[in-house]
Amino acid sequence: MDLNIVWFILITVLFTGFFILEGFDYGVGMMMLGRPRNERGQFVRAIGPVWDGNEVWMITAGGATFAAFPHVYATMFSTFYLALFLMLLALIMRGVAFELRGKFQSPDWINFWDCAIIFGSFVPALLWGVAVVNLLRGLPIDFQMHYVGTFLDLLNPCALVGGIFFVLLFAFHGANFLTLKLADAGLREDLQRKSFCLGLAALIAFVLFGALALVETDIVTRPVALIFLTLAIVALILGCTSAKVGCNCRAFAASTAGIACLTVGFFAALFPRLMVSSIAPQWSLDIYNAASTPHTLALMTGAAVVFVPIVLCYQAWTYKIFRDRVTPADIHYH
Amino acid sequence: MDALILSRLQFAITTIYHFLFVPVTLGLSIFVALLETWYVFSGSYYERLKLKRLVKFFGTIFLINFAMGVVTGIVQEFHFGMNWSEYARFMGDIFGAPLALEALTAFFIESTFIGLWIFGWDKLSEKLHCLCIWIVAFGSNLSAFWILVANSFMQHPVGYEIQDGRAVMTSFFDLVTNPYVLGEYSHAFFAGITTGGFLVIVVSAWKVATDSVSREMFVRTMRRAVLFTLVGLLGVMGSGHMHAQYLATANPMKLASFEALWETEDPAPFAVVADINQDARRNDAEILIPRMFTFMVHNSFSGEVKGINDLQREAEEKYGSGYYIPNDVRGMFWSFRTMIGAGGLMLLIVLGMYYLTFWRRSHITEHLQCLKLMPLLLPLPFVANSVGWYIAEAGRQPWIVVGLQKTAVAVSPNLSANEVWLTLIGFTAIYLFLAVLAVFAAVMFIRRTQITAEEE
Repeated sequence: MDLNIVWFILITVLFTGFFILEGFDYGVGMMMLGRPRNERGQFVRAIGPVWDGNEVWMITAGGATFAAFPHVYATMFSTFYLALFLMLLALIMRGVAFELRGKFQSPDWINFWDCAIIFGSFVPALLWGVAVVNLLRGLPIDFQMHYVGTFLDLLNPCALVGGIFFVLLFAFHGANFLTLKLADAGLREDLQRKSFCLGLAALIAFVLFGALALVETDIVTRPVALIFLTLAIVALILGCTSAKVGCNCRAFAASTAGIACLTVGFFAALFPRLMVSSIAPQWSLDIYNAASTPHTLALMTGAAVVFVPIVLCYQAWTYKIFRDRVTPADIHYH
Repeated sequence: MDALILSRLQFAITTIYHFLFVPVTLGLSIFVALLETWYVFSGSYYERLKLKRLVKFFGTIFLINFAMGVVTGIVQEFHFGMNWSEYARFMGDIFGAPLALEALTAFFIESTFIGLWIFGWDKLSEKLHCLCIWIVAFGSNLSAFWILVANSFMQHPVGYEIQDGRAVMTSFFDLVTNPYVLGEYSHAFFAGITTGGFLVIVVSAWKVATDSVSREMFVRTMRRAVLFTLVGLLGVMGSGHMHAQYLATANPMKLASFEALWETEDPAPFAVVADINQDARRNDAEILIPRMFTFMVHNSFSGEVKGINDLQREAEEKYGSGYYIPNDVRGMFWSFRTMIGAGGLMLLIVLGMYYLTFWRRSHITEHLQCLKLMPLLLPLPFVANSVGWYIAEAGRQPWIVVGLQKTAVAVSPNLSANEVWLTLIGFTAIYLFLAVLAVFAAVMFIRRTQITAEEE
C-alpha cells in the first residue's frame, strides 16, 4: 500500500470524524428551530463545550487535503466558490453566535443569535451534501484541472436531494444526541418523537437519492461502496426503530454508524479518484495526479499517526468531563 | 477591476480583519493565564473571590475576541483554494504541511481546551482549570508559529526545489528553521503581548475612572498589564530592528521600499519624510538624516545600502525583464512610519502609566479624568499591527512567493470579476456588522460588570 492510498484513507477518516461530530452539532442547531428560548438555551449548552473542537475536524480535513492532495484542494475550493462563500457566511454567524448570545441579557439579542445558529447549521449541512454528491457525480473539469462549469451546474437534482438528505440525517443525529444530553424528561420525549420522524424522512431521502445516484454515477460498478451504503441504510432503519421504542443510546449509536458508513461508502465510490471529471474520465483528479510528493506525504503521515490519536484522547476526555445531562438551571452559563 | 485585483483586495481585507483579533488572542490568553495562576496561588478567601471574578472578567473579553478570530481564520484557510487555486497547486507540497500541522497540533488543543475552560469551572480542580487556559495560550501561539512558517516561505523560500513546474519540499527542517521565521514570529509574538497588554491597560484605566466599586482591583490589573506591555513593547522593537537588519540581506527590495531609498548609497541617509514619485523612481522632496539608514542596518556609520533602482536591475538580470518594485512604495513608506510612530507613542504612554501606577498610586484618583480618556488611545496597537502586515505583504509584490511565483498568475482562473465582487462585498459587510455587535457586547459587559468581594 503506497502513501497515496494511506492519505486517501486518512482523508476519509477526517471527513468521517467531521461528519459524525459536526453532524450532531449542526443537528442540534437545526432542532432549535421553533423552540422557546429556554429550550434553545439548553440545546446550545449541550454542545457548548465541544462544538469548537468538533469544527476543527473540518478545518483539519481541509488542511490535510491541501497538504496531501493540493490539486484537489485547489480545484474543489475554486469550483465551489459561491457555495463556500455561503457556507463561510453561515459558519461565521454560527461561530460568533455561540460566544455572543449569552453576553448581553436581552430577548431580542438572544433570539437574533439563535436565528444565526439555526441558519448556520442548516446551510453548511445542505452545502456539504451538495458538494459531496457533486464530487461523485462528476463536474466539468478540463485537462488543466480547472472547473469550466457555472454555479448553477452544481445545483442539479441529484445533488440537491443529496443536500436535503444530509440535512435530515444530521437533524436526526442531533435529535438523538439531545435525547442523551438533556435532563428534562418531557423535552427528551418530544425530541425522541421528532427523532423518529426525522429518521424516517432521512431514510426516504436516502432511498430517493440512492435511486438517482444509481442512474447518474458509476456507483453500481463499485461493490465496496454498495456494501457500505447498504449498511448505512440498515443503520438508519435500526436508528428509527430504536427511536420509536425509546432506546436513545442505540438510536445515537445507529445514526453515528450510519454517518460513518455513508462517508466511507462515498469515498469507496470515489476511489482512487477524488473529483470526477464529467468531460473525460482521464481528467478526473485522483490520488496520484493530484498528490503531493512522497516526501511530504511521508512527513504528514508521521504527523497524523502521532497527533490524531492524541487529539482523540483529549477530545474523548472532554466528553467524559461534560458527560452530565444539561438541566434547565445550567443555562445561566451561556 | 478584474478578479485578480478584487481577490487581492478581499484577501487583504480578510487578513487585516483577522489580524485585529489574533494579536489580542496571543497576548490576552497569556495575561488571563497569568491572572488565573495568581488566583490559584493566592491566599485569603475574599481576595480569591475577587481575583476569580477578575479572571472571568478578562476571560469574557478574551472569549468575545477569540470567537471573532476563529471564524475569520476559517475564511483565511478557505481563501487559498477559493481565490488562489494556482498558488495552491504550485505551493501545496510545501504550504499545505504547516497549515495541516497548525490544525492538528494547535487548533485542536486551542478549541478543545477553551471549551473545557469556559464550562469547566465547577468540573475541574482549580489547578487543572488553570492549566487549560495555559494550554489555550500555548496552542494559540503555536498556531501563529505554523502560519508564520508558511508565510516566511513566501517571503524567503528555503528547503525546496522546482519539479514539473511546482515547488516541492526537500527539507522540512529547513522550512521550520528558516531564519525569516525567527524575525516574523518574535515580532508577531511580542506584538501580541503588546496588544493584549495595552487592551488590559485601557479597560482597567476606564474601569478605574468610572467604577469606584471595582477601582482597587483594576488598579492592580493595570500595574501588571503595564509591566506586561512594557515587555511586549521592548520585544517588538528589538525583534523589529533585528528583522529589518536581516531584510537587508534576505529581501533588500522590501527594506529599500520601506525607506524609499531609490539609489544605492554608502552611507545611506534616513528619510524622515519624503514626497515619493514612483513613476520617476525618485523622491521629489525629502528631509534626510545623514548616515542614519546605514547606521540602522549596519550598526556603524559607514556601509552600503542598496537602492530600489539597482535592485530592479539585479532582478531583471535574474528573472528577465519586468517590474520588480513593490507597486505602492509611498504606501509602504508611510505605513512603516505609522507603525514606528504608533509603537513609540505606546511606549511613552505605558511609561507614563508606569509612573502613575507604581510611583503615584495613592494619588491615582487625582487623574481620573485623564484615565477616562484612555479608550481613545486603544486604536494604537491595532493600527500598528495592520500597517505592519501591510508592509510585510505589499513588500513582497509583485511576487506571491518571492522569486518563484508572481501574484498575477496565482489567482483562480475560473473566477469572474462579478463573483469576486459579490463575495468581497458580502465578506466586508458581515465583518463590519459583526465588529459593531462584538464591540457592543464587549462594551456593555465591561460597563456592567463590577469586581467586588460580595458573595453570590
